[in-house]
Amino acid sequence: MDISLKINGSTEELSIEPGVTLLDALRERLSITGPKKGCDRGQCGACTVHVDGRPVLSCLTLAAVVRGEVTTVEGLSDAERLHPVQQAFVDQDAFQCGFCTSGQIMSAVAAVEQDVTDVREFMSGNICRCAAYPNIVAAVEQARRSDATV
Amino acid sequence: MRPFELTAPATVDAAIATPGAFLAGGTTLVDLMKLNVLTPHHVLDINDLPLRGIDTRDGLRFGALERMSDIAAHPGVYPVISRALLASASQQLRNMASIGGNLLQRTRCGYFRDVTMPCNKREPGSGCPAITGANRMHAILGTSESCVATHASDVAVALVALDAEVRLAGAGGVRTVALADFYRVPGETPDVENDLRPGELITEVVVPRLDWAQRSTYVKVRDRASYEFALCSAAVALDIQDSRVVDARVTVGGVATVPWRLTEVEAALRGVPATVESFEAAASVAADGAKPLSGNGFKVSLLKRTVVRALIEGSRG
Repeated sequence: MDISLKINGSTEELSIEPGVTLLDALRERLSITGPKKGCDRGQCGACTVHVDGRPVLSCLTLAAVVRGEVTTVEGLSDAERLHPVQQAFVDQDAFQCGFCTSGQIMSAVAAVEQDVTDVREFMSGNICRCAAYPNIVAAVEQARRSDATV
Repeated sequence: MRPFELTAPATVDAAIATPGAFLAGGTTLVDLMKLNVLTPHHVLDINDLPLRGIDTRDGLRFGALERMSDIAAHPGVYPVISRALLASASQQLRNMASIGGNLLQRTRCGYFRDVTMPCNKREPGSGCPAITGANRMHAILGTSESCVATHASDVAVALVALDAEVRLAGAGGVRTVALADFYRVPGETPDVENDLRPGELITEVVVPRLDWAQRSTYVKVRDRASYEFALCSAAVALDIQDSRVVDARVTVGGVATVPWRLTEVEAALRGVPATVESFEAAASVAADGAKPLSGNGFKVSLLKRTVVRALIEGSRG
């Protein structure tokens, strides 16, 4: 079936099988490889992207049912300057192997935007096998402090 | 995942006229299709249907496609409902999953999810390995010789406590069913989980007005602090006047095959002082009739303690 996806400010036309997930469409068809395939069953959060500004799991989303605007980690910065959340992850050393990081950042952006009270609870849908959790929480807190000046 | 046809009906009538599996948030359906537990030939993407809206003017009405996160964040929703929603899944999943789909989510029993294993729910008559196998997470109430799988929803527990109803649209017209009657215990037919007729669709969830449900809460006990299914949970609402319990609602989850209303606990609470001692006395019958399995005997005492804790926290309003 033919679908149209709005991703990071551009529109992409694709011909896909109905069972293709948004994650596979992004990675395999559009070479947008920021979203990672960790568990591929909605448990690890490495595939987190935004649809209309809300974090969702692209591995449990069929590409053909997406109606909104998709933002991946590639769409956060303007290429000149990192997004404040990305900068905070660098500053706070909030990753080790980096595999979960793009998903962590997409959730962290929403945590900052929503000004959540319980960062650890909000971020619990993003698993980090390196257990960089204290630094991830520190990055969210830094980004939250810097948010007013963005 | 098996090949399937995907269409997006524009009206409820078109949706219920087409045999297939309804897809809203997809968090259960796509997951189970990947595992080949569900293999629909036709998937109906119902996200264009006009089943939206959160109305809190007289009781609560949720369009079936409203997402868990939006209902949880709505200021007019009873605390027990928003807390149950926020204790569920992860924020990403709550952004995706609809309230209608939440009520129809399938059990997390590992044997149900593994197509290489027998399972009476997935393949009637094939057997239930959980009864003698890995059953720590399984039910102690409402079980049968054929199935001991727990019902996985948190918010369904809160909704049953508040006498919620679901509106259903189908070929035979529209009908309303109490959520407590909607769910079926497994008995001899664990594959039949609810009262839905073929093609029927949940269109709306209705919670009758209950002013004293502003004093309500949801306690969820689980293996991790977040993002885990319940070992045991309790939804309570308390009408307390002059330090005495006038009325109470108590429903538990994580321990039963359906959201489990504890009417005898509710009866024992009416008229007693709102004290820890009364709550403990009332909760002493919470696990009556329980049939613990080899791996989940701890749930008998955990159930009573969870109810007591929920009553204590609930009574603080």
